[in-house]
Amino acid sequence: MLEQSYYDKADEIIGRHGLEQRFLIPIIQDIQTFYRYLPPELLSYVAGRLGINEAKAYSVATFYENFSFEAKGKYVIRVCDGTACHVQKSTAIIDQIYKETGLSKGRHTTEDMLFTLETVSCLGACGLAPVLTVNDAVHAAMTPEKVHELFEELKGKE
Amino acid sequence: MKLENRESLKIQRAIAKEAMSAPAHRILVCAGTGCLAGGSAKIYDKFLELAAKEEGVEIKLSAKEAHASLPSGIHHQETAHTGVKRSGCHGFCEMGPLVRIEPQNYLYVKVKEEDCEEIFEQTIRNNRPVKRLLYEEDGVKYETQEKIPFYQQQTRLVLKNCGHIDAENINEYLAVGGYQALEKALFELSPKEVVREISDSDLRGRGGGGFKTGYKWQQVARQDAAEKYIVCNGDEGDPGAFMDRSVMEGDPHKMLEGMMIAGYAVGAKEGYIYVRAEYPLAISRLKTAIAQANEAGLLGENILGTDFHFQIHINMGAGAFVCGEGSALTASIEGERGMPRTKPPRTVEQGLFAKPTVLNNVETYANVPMIINEGAAWYHSIGTEKSPGTKAFALTGSVKHTGLIEVPMGTTLRKIVYDIGGGVKNDVPFKAVQIGGPSGGCLVTNNLEVTLDFDSLKKLNAMIGSGGLVVMDENTCMVEVARFFMNFTQNESCGKCVPCREGTKRMLDILEDIVAGNGTEDSLKTLEELGEAITNTALCGLGKSAALPVLSTLKNFREEYLDHVVGKRCATGVCQGLLRYRILPDVCKGCSKCARNCPVNAISGKIKEPFAIDLSVCIKCGSCLENCPFGAIVKE
Repeated sequence: MLEQSYYDKADEIIGRHGLEQRFLIPIIQDIQTFYRYLPPELLSYVAGRLGINEAKAYSVATFYENFSFEAKGKYVIRVCDGTACHVQKSTAIIDQIYKETGLSKGRHTTEDMLFTLETVSCLGACGLAPVLTVNDAVHAAMTPEKVHELFEELKGKE
Repeated sequence: MKLENRESLKIQRAIAKEAMSAPAHRILVCAGTGCLAGGSAKIYDKFLELAAKEEGVEIKLSAKEAHASLPSGIHHQETAHTGVKRSGCHGFCEMGPLVRIEPQNYLYVKVKEEDCEEIFEQTIRNNRPVKRLLYEEDGVKYETQEKIPFYQQQTRLVLKNCGHIDAENINEYLAVGGYQALEKALFELSPKEVVREISDSDLRGRGGGGFKTGYKWQQVARQDAAEKYIVCNGDEGDPGAFMDRSVMEGDPHKMLEGMMIAGYAVGAKEGYIYVRAEYPLAISRLKTAIAQANEAGLLGENILGTDFHFQIHINMGAGAFVCGEGSALTASIEGERGMPRTKPPRTVEQGLFAKPTVLNNVETYANVPMIINEGAAWYHSIGTEKSPGTKAFALTGSVKHTGLIEVPMGTTLRKIVYDIGGGVKNDVPFKAVQIGGPSGGCLVTNNLEVTLDFDSLKKLNAMIGSGGLVVMDENTCMVEVARFFMNFTQNESCGKCVPCREGTKRMLDILEDIVAGNGTEDSLKTLEELGEAITNTALCGLGKSAALPVLSTLKNFREEYLDHVVGKRCATGVCQGLLRYRILPDVCKGCSKCARNCPVNAISGKIKEPFAIDLSVCIKCGSCLENCPFGAIVKE
């Protein structure tokens, strides 16, 4: 059971959309934007409010890659591994981030909840390859050195 | 401000036109995703600050009375002398941040915050170009944007306004003739006539298939249903493509206008735009545009005093590539898992909420206003007979000028890669162009003279897809590229049908074996068999085209595959598993440094005599090569 404030927040978000199944995705997107993840309890709660069964809501939430039942770090780093970035060596960028954060293929968020690493298929900024984003701010033409500088800066802020 | 009728729209357009031409100079700072990443927001702020000082007044409103009637919530940064604007993407992303100055049409490239004062002093005060910021190619400096070879060779119709107007200001769109087509449709044409015009134009869907847009509209229009929907596919998921993103960010109203006209033509009252979540800027610009159109009375009830009602909603994707497929996309809007379904019934009969639905992509809708304005005959004068009009392509990869381009259908690949793109980066020989992303194929040197249009590409087993062109040079391993695409498709397979779910998995396994050095000649045969089976039996378009990159590289680069499976080597050195390190005996001094650095003790030898690597132990980490003081170790 989560704190009451979570359910209040969910009610507020549901109120902005409506009580139909077609609003399920926008609602859980808003919840995830607010909490930076989708608390499973809230998914069940939303399903109940919308009158759809829990299994259905779960099947939808797990189908889409963007939903995460685990809390994400303060900085969500998305590295593009689309065609253009891949050809321009995005793998080296990912390796450097592993080095900086101690994350690995199976571990996406650091223990101090500071960094979450995700790879995405294309950010549509192919002219600037390879790119990554930190909480939606685009960093272009990355190199392992620039990744190092970026992390120095982010860690410095903390 | 609400425009009540045709007359008030005309007046508003005239006012907007005047306001736009009022400033002696317009400074257009590119605020597309690329240039923003390069810091264009700071440049914009700096220019605002400079312009404010110049006028000695607080920047708020122009002296023009006209502005009093502008809708609220719209930026009024212009002063009587200098207008500072945030424009959409110019397409020349690698040269960003870009700043365009009108009326001289100077284009400054790679502008930094520190350059702003000089630009202001030289260009705004003294009407001179800042030479060092002009684009330079082969020793020639280009003063105006229009003369730069990259732009000169293009035909920018859909992208015409991108980079030239403030994407967050409906008045700028009105000033360049925006919503004229909607006006014409509502007051001069019957819905039937609109459909006929689009049918006659032979406009074909820009999202991939090249299906005739007019035919879709006809099908929806003739059905007698109380509810119909207009859906715009902005789920541009193909890696290597960003045409639609640029239209949504740079000229959102054009696309909205196209959707409204579609709504009028087929009798729909509601439209949905499905945009992928990876495009936050596009989503915010579209939201602004929809809010402004509502405020201006161009969306909502009784538009311009007619009995036409139309509203547009935005749905944000949630990271599923398959949602680019029509029936998966509508399922996603309905709040379901985004999985394609069997057809028929087709989307035009039972689409969104099981109602007749027109589903087109962003670029297709953006073509509609100009066809209504200029007519089907004019549209036929561009492009080829069967594929009229232009096509936007995202030109990326190993090419000198990467960016967004627009050319008439039927332009040769050579012209795009060499004349517009400036050739291959670092003058490495050209190898191939991957067209159409993970559903497309590759075009090779022999295909450079091929004209790019729907039908000629089909003959080559490739497709325009959404329009991504990734140039590859000799250093690209085509087997690895095939593996990359298969990995993508495998990841994104929704899992509904067996051929795609299992077939792509097996194909990926085989490709991974090959790049790791464990493939055999039989692997290639199995790949072909599987590929054909998937193509023939998968449920949706994505599955049917999933094997194309593999089949197409197998056909065009069979030697390279054979090299991997028989010769056990990768000529480009990309496939780690096939790499071999070797010590050149005549260069090696026998210092033993490599042996001491080898983490797995794969190197042995006598001091002062050539050392050797035991390949059965070597893990190909490369530390020997890095540490050799004599350059005696080579990668093969």
